[in-house]
Amino acid sequence: MAGVRDMTGLTPKSTSALRTVAPEERSHEVDHPSSLVAQFGADKPLKLDCGVDLAPFQIAYQTYGELNADKSNAVLVCHALTGDQHVANRHPVTGKPGWWETLVGQGRPLDPSRYFIICSNVIGGCMGSTGPASMNPATGKVWGLDFPIITIPDMVRAQAMLIDHLGIDTLFAVVGGSMGGMQALQWTVAYPARVFANLAIACATRHSAQNIAFHELGRQAVMADPDWDHGRYGDKGVHPHRGLAVARMAAHITYLSDAALHRKFGRRMQDRELPTFSFDADFQVESYLRYQGSSFVERFDANSYLYLTRAMDYFDIAADHDGVLAAAFRGIQTRFCVVSFTSDWLFPTSESRALVHALNASSARVSFAEIETDKGHDAFLLDVPEFIDIAGAFLESAGKARGLKAPNGG
Amino acid sequence: MSLQGVLPLNGFSGGEVLAYRPDHLLVAGMVERGSKVLDIGCGDGDLLQLLESRGIDGRGIELSREGVNHCVAKGLAVVQGDADTDLIDYPDDAFDYVILSQTLQATRQPKVVLENLLRIGRRAIVTFPNFGFWRLRLQLLVGGHMPRTDNLPFTWYDTPNIHFCTIKDFVQLCDEIGVKMERAVALDAYARPLRVAMPWWFWNMFGEQGVFLLSRAEKGR
Repeated sequence: MAGVRDMTGLTPKSTSALRTVAPEERSHEVDHPSSLVAQFGADKPLKLDCGVDLAPFQIAYQTYGELNADKSNAVLVCHALTGDQHVANRHPVTGKPGWWETLVGQGRPLDPSRYFIICSNVIGGCMGSTGPASMNPATGKVWGLDFPIITIPDMVRAQAMLIDHLGIDTLFAVVGGSMGGMQALQWTVAYPARVFANLAIACATRHSAQNIAFHELGRQAVMADPDWDHGRYGDKGVHPHRGLAVARMAAHITYLSDAALHRKFGRRMQDRELPTFSFDADFQVESYLRYQGSSFVERFDANSYLYLTRAMDYFDIAADHDGVLAAAFRGIQTRFCVVSFTSDWLFPTSESRALVHALNASSARVSFAEIETDKGHDAFLLDVPEFIDIAGAFLESAGKARGLKAPNGG
Repeated sequence: MSLQGVLPLNGFSGGEVLAYRPDHLLVAGMVERGSKVLDIGCGDGDLLQLLESRGIDGRGIELSREGVNHCVAKGLAVVQGDADTDLIDYPDDAFDYVILSQTLQATRQPKVVLENLLRIGRRAIVTFPNFGFWRLRLQLLVGGHMPRTDNLPFTWYDTPNIHFCTIKDFVQLCDEIGVKMERAVALDAYARPLRVAMPWWFWNMFGEQGVFLLSRAEKGR
């Protein structure tokens, strides 16, 4: 997977991101990311929904391609719950390829030869943007649970400050899946005039009760780990990796589908013919989940996981508009493309359809496609040709409407 | 005889005439440039593409997933939806024109759909296969079986078309719900318009398709 790849046109501005850092160096990335960083001082606080003014703070981000002369080709890619700014370059901690190279890269719908692509680590994250794992300058210690609760609108407010910092007025497109889709939608709600096109994939305008329930399960797993120690594990140099791994295992099941698990693993045994009559990982699916859990804890901070899941739980666009979703999009000029996947039970098609109804009621220009796949919620990150084609065609037609030149001047 | 000579195709280029279906060209010719249009049952998006190429802001609804995905892959603003259930979500006066092309006969409630068309749009363009067409009548009369033609190729047990009507029936429905017929055209088996001067019974017999431009009846009628 992580073999030699043609990185032409994909070299991020900060080439140091291409080095591979050992997992134990994850904590280094928290305050000193190997990507670009925008610092905001005491004079530019981030006004959080919880009432706190966060300052100073920093946003770690990655860019690909060049901003054109009239600054009309900027695309903001928003990452999902456990993603980060390394959308199309090797990950500095895991050494794996970028998490969305199916969509971002040469010859891909988001081609750096055509667009100036920005991806930032969300506020509350643990890959260089200020979050609970960062150093609290007031105390000289890790923030931990002293970090204020953040929301999806807070993440977007921070991104808007980054976009201002980059001198960009209007984004050609905001693109995101899952929690990234929530941010993309929030962008058009908060800054309708600053987003020309919106590609919202496998997401919803609010987090459902079932999804909040799964997040609570994950948080309780983290908190039940004695090493979590009320979030103060940073002071002791430990990490509640067992709790976080369980949280990841549970969450990972929700990203797949029954059909995908059956196709991938069925009831096949792991390196053995017969059951061991023990609690070993006899089944391949158990072994796979354990691997997912243990590899996740190498790159992710437990408190950050609590904060980001909480941000998704609080997300409800309609609630901020007297319960009327369409009111949030009234008079909007942004072009939308909404995509869902048939086997996604975390953000099912019904959620996308509710969004599309609201956009129709607002007379917004919206395309909506449901892609047939058994790959579950994760389909948006995978090479699903029909999805890639649709994303490409939508961006292409929006680019034409925006007057963007085709690649290579053609 | 060239198509240009037969159809009222003013404003279409030769390329357009060759590239698009005659009934699509006829419908597109009824839509004013710069207007906002909703095409219900837009299929693969051919009509929408023609409309967009003419500077019309087009949106579509299509029932089949494959159709929608084709449209979106062409860069068209199309959503997956059902004419019977989803029109209710559209606000009044959202569009200048709402087009229902070869879809009326596949809806469960054609009357409700028709009423919705003229609620959402100031005008509606409806095209449908005329079940009063002489060939269909002949198949039923002589053959004694449910008619099948190139345009209506389905067998009775697998057809999506559940509410056939004749041109006469449609005109009657328009009268019943107080819809104003601004323009009516019947197309023959070669999609050529029949002569305007002919009486309704002639259209009902020799028209294979009906194409109607409708608007709301004036208040007080």
